[in-house]
Formats: sequence, C-alpha cells, structure tokens
Amino acid sequence: MKCDNCSKPATVHLTEIRSGKKIEKHLCEQCAAASEGLPVKAHTPINELLTNFVMAHSGLQKEMGTTCEHCGITWAEFRQHGLFGCEHDYDLFEKDLTPLLQRAHEAATHHTGKVPTRAVASTGSVPKKRKTIDMSKLKKELQRAVENEDYERAAQLRDAIKEAEG
Amino acid sequence: MPFLPTAYCLPPTTPMKLSDLTTRAGEWLRGNGPMSEIVISSRIRLARNLTGHRFLGRASRTERNALVKQVSSVLLDNPVAPNSFYVNLDDAPEIDRNLLVERHLISKPHATAEGARGVSVSGDETVSIMVNEEDHLRIQVLRSGLQLDEAWNQINQIDDTLEAKLNFAFHPRFGYLTACPTNVGTGIRVSVMLHLPALKLTGEIEKVFRAAKDMKLAVRGLYGEGTEATGDFYQISNQTTLGKSEEDLISDFRHVVIPKIIDYEHHARKTLLNDRTTALDDKCCRALGILRTARLMASEETLFLLSHLRMGVNLGRVKEVDIQTINELFLLTQPAHLQKLQGRKLEGDLRRAARADFIRQKLNGG
Repeated sequence: MKCDNCSKPATVHLTEIRSGKKIEKHLCEQCAAASEGLPVKAHTPINELLTNFVMAHSGLQKEMGTTCEHCGITWAEFRQHGLFGCEHDYDLFEKDLTPLLQRAHEAATHHTGKVPTRAVASTGSVPKKRKTIDMSKLKKELQRAVENEDYERAAQLRDAIKEAEG
Repeated sequence: MPFLPTAYCLPPTTPMKLSDLTTRAGEWLRGNGPMSEIVISSRIRLARNLTGHRFLGRASRTERNALVKQVSSVLLDNPVAPNSFYVNLDDAPEIDRNLLVERHLISKPHATAEGARGVSVSGDETVSIMVNEEDHLRIQVLRSGLQLDEAWNQINQIDDTLEAKLNFAFHPRFGYLTACPTNVGTGIRVSVMLHLPALKLTGEIEKVFRAAKDMKLAVRGLYGEGTEATGDFYQISNQTTLGKSEEDLISDFRHVVIPKIIDYEHHARKTLLNDRTTALDDKCCRALGILRTARLMASEETLFLLSHLRMGVNLGRVKEVDIQTINELFLLTQPAHLQKLQGRKLEGDLRRAARADFIRQKLNGG
C-alpha cells in the first residue's frame, strides 16, 4: 500500500472517528511525522527498549522498596549515590547487596580479616575463615610450586584444591 | 586512682603548627626509605565508623558536630603518635586545607567539603586521622619508600588503641562497615606511589596498567582518586577489601606486585642507559636547563621536568643536583606551598613567575 500523500510505502495506518464518521489514513513515516506530529520510529533499538524496561522496573522498586527506619534510605537512593546511610543498611539490603559485593570484591561475600576485640568478646569466637581465602592461597602456592618445578608439592596442592572444591 | 582534672589528661601543649610544615618536604617525599629511587611512598588507610551513628551522608548537623567532638577528644586524650596536633577544617582557611592536600595528609574531598570535620596529624606527618570524611574516621599511615609492613604494624596498633575507646561498627559477615560498600570488610586501602619515568619514556607503561587491572588494582595519579598521573608518579592501590585478610593483601603488594613493577622500571632504565644514552641525557639536561633558566613555570610543566631530572640524578647522569633538593621542589612548588612560602595569594603569571624564581634559586645554589 502506498502513502496517501506521496508514493512511498505506507507503514503508519491511522483510523480516526470524527463526528461518527470513520476516516482511515495510510501514511509513510515522514508524512506521518509531518502531518500528524507522530514521532514514529520504524525500529526501537534493543538497548533503548531494555533501558526503558529497566527504568520502569527500578521506578517500581523505588515505590515499593523498603525504607531504612534508622536513616531513611531506600535501595534506589543507595544505587544513585553508592553510599549507605547507616550501619543497619547492610542487613536490610543484604539480598540486593550480595551480587554487588561479589562484583566489587572478586566474588567474596564474607570478611576474613581483622576482628575488633570487642566483637570477639561479645560472640566468644572469631568468625570462621571462609573457603574462598584458603582456595586462593592454595592456588597461589600451586602456581609457585609449578614455577619452582616442585612437582611433588604441586601434586599435593592439586589434590587439596580438588578436595576443597568438592 | 586519684582524680585528675581534665587538663592534666591532655598531652603537653604541642608546639607543632601547620605553618611549621611548609619549609620542609613531607614524609612521603623525604626520599630516604627502601627502594626510594622508584618507590616514593607507602600508605595504608583504614576506614572506620562508630556504631550507633548514621554515616555522614545521612547525619544531621548536630550528629556531625557530636561526632567531631567525641572523636577529637579521644584523639587528644589518647595521642596515638608523638607531637600530634588537631586541625579544625571547618574554620581553616582554604590555603591551609590545600597545603594539607599537597602534603597528602587529607584528601581533596575532605578539603572542599562543608560542615564539622577535622584532621589529627602527627609531628613527623607519618600519621593522619581524618574525622568526618566519607567515613567517621579515616586513619592513615604514610612512610617513605617501600615500608608496607612497618606501616601496617603502626596502623594496626593505632586502630587497637582507638578501638579501646571508640565502638566501631562491625558485622560478623561484612566486617568493618563503611559508607561505601566498596570499602567494606577490612576497610583497608594499601597504596604505593611509584616514580616510573623510564617505563613512560619507553612506552611500556600501558603494560603495567593492564597487569594492574587484571590483578584488580587501581592506578591513579599523584593526588589519588580522579587525578591524572603527572610527573610520571603512579599510585597503585587495592580495590578488593572483602574476603582477604589485611596481611594477605599487604603481602601480595610487598612480595608480588611492587617487586615486579620495580623490575620492569629497572629494566626500562637499563635499556635507556645502554641503548639510548644520548636521548636520555638530552631529556635530563634539557629539563635541568629549562628549570635553571625559565622565568615563568606552570605547575604541570614543573612536575614533568622535575621527573626527568630525578631520573637523571638516580641514573648518575646529572651530578650537580641532589635528590633531596628535587624532592623538596616537587612539593614546595605546588600552589598552596608556594603561596604560603611567599606569604601572599598569587594568581596567574605572578604565581608562575614566583615558582620559576624559587626553582632557579634552589638549583643555582642560592
């Protein structure tokens, strides 16, 4: 079908009802934009579609999201500035935070460093070291053993890594 | 225990003042630590927050004031380093705040922020503790050359001392809680400032950047986050703070990362010395020539030329200038230092002329 105004193929089809009378228009993109003021795009780029989708989604989250009772921050507000409002936010947003932490900290999710004396005293124990740190140590040792051509040690370490990985 | 009035608990009045710092090179440019021909300085900082107080982005003015009051009084009552003095940055003039930035004692954002905040600095400038920066406390230990183990031992002790008086926010899973989750866990940032002119000249510096990126390390300029690498100074620091212990992280730097980069730079310097002697000499002598004769010097050009001169001195190609003088010039020609030394505000050509005069005087022997 050709455009009502020019000879280009009509891609926009409008049906208007004016005073009970049905008017049909068949226009090409340019004519539709010019005469009807319609910002018509033949194809919306996929990235734009995705952005719109994500924006709508995050907007929804902002409306429904939890607000910290101690500092008043929401997850959306945190995402905007990258800063938390208080210590309680770590527990409150733990689920959403975990993937971000993993991305920022080489897949780690647990602290394995220094513990304040006060924390040791209150829990009675030091938090257990996680598997991740031991693994990275083992792998490093393995690399060093291979570099030094200490194959016996390398084989032991390889077995230890296999076992730890389950 | 006999009752003592508060005044007796305070350390003896400290004679140190901010203006005392202007005439000498800071710790980070003292240039006498191990590997100092390439490693300018080693820095470790710990981010800490007090439990029961909101982080600074959400703290009210009253809460901010209360934090400064509490932390500064703990710092005054428990001096963690000799001759420490406290600067109230809310009242401090801009030039003094910039001076502290140029000496690497506070961050740029801490200098330009608003509201109650301060810094405690030790007499020898190895220790500085920022109060109310992004976190309630940012403890820093700075040492000349490659001295990471020493820096860690010192900062760990300081942290223990403060922890006995202040209740830090700590979580069994997440570790020390920080305003930004990129610092959570150990809250540690280990940074080593390197002078890598030969890698820059031979065009191999990109390799270092790539290797650093692969190892999840950040490469920054002279003044940390968001600054360009000027004068061939590069600051390498960790980005991962969770899931690694402080000792492991430091050991990685001390035994793997930094020695490798030092080796690269040594190799590049050797190549320049053996294969491109004339080009190398031209760079150093040209730098010395301009620095000794120019009448207007911009700060960026100064850093660029001093960098070449420093390399020439380290490689024994320039004998008439000593490394101490160059290190001093790196610092004392920075805008705030220059104006403080001149005792007045200087802008544009006036400042550039004063800088050129100062350099000529230092390099031509008075």
